[in-house]
Amino acid sequence: MKYDIVLCGVGGQGVLSMAALIGRAAVVEGLNAKQSEVHGMAQRGGAVQAHLRLSDEVIESDLIPRGAADLVLSLEPVEALRYVSWLCPTGTLVSSANALVNIPNYPDTEGILARIRALPHSCVIEAERLADEAGDLLAVNTVMVGAASRLLPMKHESLEHSVHQTFSRKGERVLHVNLAAFASGRKAFQ
Amino acid sequence: MPQRILLGDEAVALGAVHAGISTAYAYPGTPSTEILEYLLDHHERQGGPHAAWCANEKTAYEEALGTCFAGRRSIVCMKHVGLNVAADPFVNSALVSMHGGLVVAVADDPGMHSSQNEQDSRWYADFARVPCLEPATQQEAYDMTREAYDVSERFGVPVMLRLVTRLSHSRTNVIVGEPRGENELHKAPKADTWVLLPGNARRQWSSLVARQKDILAWSEASRWNLLNLRPGRRLGVITTGIARNYYRENARAMKDEPSHLHIGTYPIPEAQVRALAAHCDEILVLEDGYPYVERMMRGLLPQKLRIMGRMSGELPPTGELSPEIVRAALGLPALPVLDLDGMLLPNRPPQLCQGCPHGHSYSSLKEALEGMNATMVTADIGCYTLGALPPYSSIESCVCMGASIGMAKGAAEAGFENVVAVIGDGTFLHSGTASLADAAAADTPMTVLILDNQATAMTGVQDPLIASSRLQAIVLGLGVKPEHFIIVDAHPRKVHETAEVLKREILHRGLSVVIAVRECKQATRKHARIPEAVAS
Repeated sequence: MKYDIVLCGVGGQGVLSMAALIGRAAVVEGLNAKQSEVHGMAQRGGAVQAHLRLSDEVIESDLIPRGAADLVLSLEPVEALRYVSWLCPTGTLVSSANALVNIPNYPDTEGILARIRALPHSCVIEAERLADEAGDLLAVNTVMVGAASRLLPMKHESLEHSVHQTFSRKGERVLHVNLAAFASGRKAFQ
Repeated sequence: MPQRILLGDEAVALGAVHAGISTAYAYPGTPSTEILEYLLDHHERQGGPHAAWCANEKTAYEEALGTCFAGRRSIVCMKHVGLNVAADPFVNSALVSMHGGLVVAVADDPGMHSSQNEQDSRWYADFARVPCLEPATQQEAYDMTREAYDVSERFGVPVMLRLVTRLSHSRTNVIVGEPRGENELHKAPKADTWVLLPGNARRQWSSLVARQKDILAWSEASRWNLLNLRPGRRLGVITTGIARNYYRENARAMKDEPSHLHIGTYPIPEAQVRALAAHCDEILVLEDGYPYVERMMRGLLPQKLRIMGRMSGELPPTGELSPEIVRAALGLPALPVLDLDGMLLPNRPPQLCQGCPHGHSYSSLKEALEGMNATMVTADIGCYTLGALPPYSSIESCVCMGASIGMAKGAAEAGFENVVAVIGDGTFLHSGTASLADAAAADTPMTVLILDNQATAMTGVQDPLIASSRLQAIVLGLGVKPEHFIIVDAHPRKVHETAEVLKREILHRGLSVVIAVRECKQATRKHARIPEAVAS
């Protein structure tokens, strides 16, 4: 078994937090994991990606080859499309519906979302609305991991356990919000 | 055996701790920063070894060297261009007889993700005639770091550990071993081996050159070099460092897997290269960085063996390797990919944070320069280099740490009238003070604008070595005239006021220094300890 995930978004959105949530669950399940991250200049509001590779065999490359990813999980719709060429033909793109407009030439959002929906396997998640309903806009990345939990090769209990591990030290309210965010993301995936 | 999930950088850090280092020094620089970050954290939690950020890579190197002079082990960490700054102590320390192990962890940045060039540090190790280890995995990063200390003490030389971005910033499981204790404090057995007076230096240099055959023999026998000769194959592949991962990722798709030599230690294990060459008609060299092994193999004279790589076009001449590039070089068809039918996506370059106070400093500078003739703005390395991009488009140069001030002086002396050097407080302390001394001595007509955000921000907000309040004493101490030294507040409401100050000082026909002060927003957040619950 191997499962390759490209996680993407804009610097500061929490791409690495999503990777960490999934990575912890993978370790709990005894999978090998390699996670390649972007640090430094791009983290200042630029396009950011992380590659997370899961396997029960030895993982060689730290980077996912183009055309090999099973999942592109994105916090931002334009960034989602940027990594389409990483998907394998049966791969799925899961993106937040919410545009982050910090460039002057940002394209029409509806057109971008329509292009995402036209892919063979894709799902657009109203991540900000769901995070807000769960109690905190900052929980969008937990919403997105919840949505991805329908596809990830691990029990959703392991992912929930990972949410516990990550957020319980930040207080009961934060934990509660993130568990709710995870559940609503999971429910929203179609 | 205990396992940890570690970044490549962190595996180096833990390897150094377990090798018994007493000290660790560094200047932050992507992709090397996390080595010392880990060691600082380790120090805080476990009380040792000593770890500290330094003013620049040269001071960091010399402090590490001092620890080794005292017989103990040390690590010094930097990015590839940092080694240019530390080149003087690096090259010269190869000549002393090192009795406490010294590992120089240098993280190269092929593809220039966060750098101004993609120089390959293996040439530096060669130039200084010291051994170099190049890990391909996080596990090797840990194991090689530990071994590097033994190699350093065995041959009496510093040892380079060469990393690249994709290893430094990738995390996975690492199996760790039993920690070793620190060395006893002890001076060099022979004092004159550390005094590089010409008479001693000639002897030490001869000794270093004489040791090369032993160092080569070590490399030839190292377990990090793996030769796998397969019968009846025309093609041989040489990989170094992480290129092996990309090769293995693809090699299983090949009908006939080639013979393969992986190189993990330098000097290049010549006998194994020759053994591979004797077995093949053509060799493809895969290395992430400059074509170092490839160029050595080509030499100057024609040869029967066909060598393929970056110099002959099978691989791109510049940039980092990737699984796809290696796949193509192996002659495998590209994997099918989805495409967007020509849909173009806008680039999203990095930018100053929303509401960065020094965006306001750039607004002031733009306003001050409006309508002036013969203007020139040199700048430096840090977040503020992003002032080159819209909406600021304010700066015209970024070359190396500290260059802004020296270049402004040269441009002013060449005849440009209204010259401004923009530099951050961290970069100023790193290597701006010496050129400011030059400019003060000549009272060059130029204005130095120090953007003081009280942090080394681009690399993850490290605290400054000296507080803002002390910058004033440094600037005035170098001889800048007090009447042309002004401190302003980089506040949005003061943009016009600051522009007026800058305009006046730029028009002054002598040296002025203006410090625009306001803390980095990320630093304010960090200091307020606002939990970054969901921020990367």
